[in-house]
Amino acid sequence: MVAPIDQSELPLDNLEFFIDPSRCIGCQACVAACGECDTHRGIPMIHLDYVDRSTSVQTAPVVCMHCENPTCAMVCPADAIKQDDNGVVLSAAHSRCIGCSNCTLACPFGVPKQQIEMQLMMKCDLCYDRSSVGKKPMCAAVCPSQALHYGSRTKVEAHRGEVPCNKFQFGDQTVKTKVNMMTAHGLDTIPFDVADFMPQGNLAAFGRERIGSPDAAEDTVWEDLPA
Amino acid sequence: MKTPFSIGLVFAGLLILAIYLGSHQMRDFDPALKWYAVASVLGAFAVGYRFTVWAQRPPSRMYFKRGLELAWRYPWLLVKSGGQKMTAQTFIKERSYYRWIMHLCLSGGCTLTFVVTFPLVFGWIHFDVGNTAEIYQVKAFGAVVREFSVHSLEAKLMFNILNIAALFVLVGLLMAGWRRLTNAGVRAVQNFTEDIMPLLIIFAVTATGFMLTVSYSFLKGHGHGLLVWVHLFTVVVLIFYIPFGKLFHMFQRLCSVCVSLYKQAGEEGPQSGCVVCHDVFASQMHVDDLKNVLDQLGFNYRFATPKGEVHYQDICPKCRHRLLAVNQGKTLGR
Repeated sequence: MVAPIDQSELPLDNLEFFIDPSRCIGCQACVAACGECDTHRGIPMIHLDYVDRSTSVQTAPVVCMHCENPTCAMVCPADAIKQDDNGVVLSAAHSRCIGCSNCTLACPFGVPKQQIEMQLMMKCDLCYDRSSVGKKPMCAAVCPSQALHYGSRTKVEAHRGEVPCNKFQFGDQTVKTKVNMMTAHGLDTIPFDVADFMPQGNLAAFGRERIGSPDAAEDTVWEDLPA
Repeated sequence: MKTPFSIGLVFAGLLILAIYLGSHQMRDFDPALKWYAVASVLGAFAVGYRFTVWAQRPPSRMYFKRGLELAWRYPWLLVKSGGQKMTAQTFIKERSYYRWIMHLCLSGGCTLTFVVTFPLVFGWIHFDVGNTAEIYQVKAFGAVVREFSVHSLEAKLMFNILNIAALFVLVGLLMAGWRRLTNAGVRAVQNFTEDIMPLLIIFAVTATGFMLTVSYSFLKGHGHGLLVWVHLFTVVVLIFYIPFGKLFHMFQRLCSVCVSLYKQAGEEGPQSGCVVCHDVFASQMHVDDLKNVLDQLGFNYRFATPKGEVHYQDICPKCRHRLLAVNQGKTLGR
């Protein structure tokens, strides 16, 4: 049963999507719910990856961020990716998509999924069948930790310690999105750092010595055992 | 850089020349079909214009350029991919059998109609009587290519070939219409001009074409004079809709043949590994070409790092997910 939308959050135009990966508990409810969406029935579009399975419980839920100037649409050779009047970047038009994978490779958030045999790109379209009539997208409707939240900005700002941000800095490229990500006060852009994460081909920030690392905890447990 | 307007003029000019030469300096041209010919010439201009505008966009241009380079390397793949993607359309079968049959009916019926009507309109093919009035001759570019009795089964098929094609189109239209009325996902994202209008236009052409047959076969030609003009109008609307609406995908699908060649060459060439996880995620050619395309489009995803310049194209999509979470966590001190 999908949770009913809070009527006090209407009018619909003011409803926005907010993501906070740091709240994600990796329960996969969003993945299961996403597959229920009518526009891509049976195939979940949300990505849920472990950041570094051996050393961290951190997971990364990724939905389409619905960029204002979508890179995926610009690199599409077949004009298959369109944006609606509200800025929702739709999944590839079935009649046009030629399955070239340009969008999959170019999207800075790594969102589009290729269905190779179908010659079709599919991606999160904000549950267009639901959000276009004022319902929550499936993932946000089932997320127990509200890492994925669909509601009014006013309420989010009032209830959360973080602030929503919809600008990302990828090197020299600024990307503005419809979907918001929660970040620290005072930041109007989320800067991307890649240098720290490619010394030995590992995510160095998640070493075993880090406080909270599952493997580090395990070592402690075993070390504390009597001989 | 060719201007779309001049390419459109070239398309239209070539068609006029082909009509003139193919119809033996207009000797075999049927004046009753002149407005269809005029619309076709204007349509050729529009297709040339639209195709050039589209093919000159950086990503499309990249695939056409690579496709032309690779066509000589993989001639067999070119033929196979063309057959699978343009004719058999097997990729639609993977989407669903219902849609595959629907699309084959629509594309097959329309193609059959085009193959018959355009050569007739252009005067490339015309019918003549043979030695007796009972013998019909099919002449292509003035030469007799076929003779048959007007009472033969072949004659019945030839005289009704457009009706047969229209039946296929009608089946396809019914299936498409049913899908667009009942499939919740399709209904959510469809819009009138892109998805419904082409069905209505094709239906109008098919229905008025059928009505012509009904008029001269069963109603002693009642209303035929008016129907001729109504049918002409629907066909002209269709011809002008093709370059600027959904049906342009029949030309855009050509690019998918280039994609087949491109993927084959990519698999055989060097691969690109992610600079974070080192997993192979694409061909090096694709990654390098995309960097160029992004530059041409005005995107710059380059990072200046102490370890040198890093392009975000060198990081695999999976690591981009992870970096999104890690960088967000970093801003929050988590």
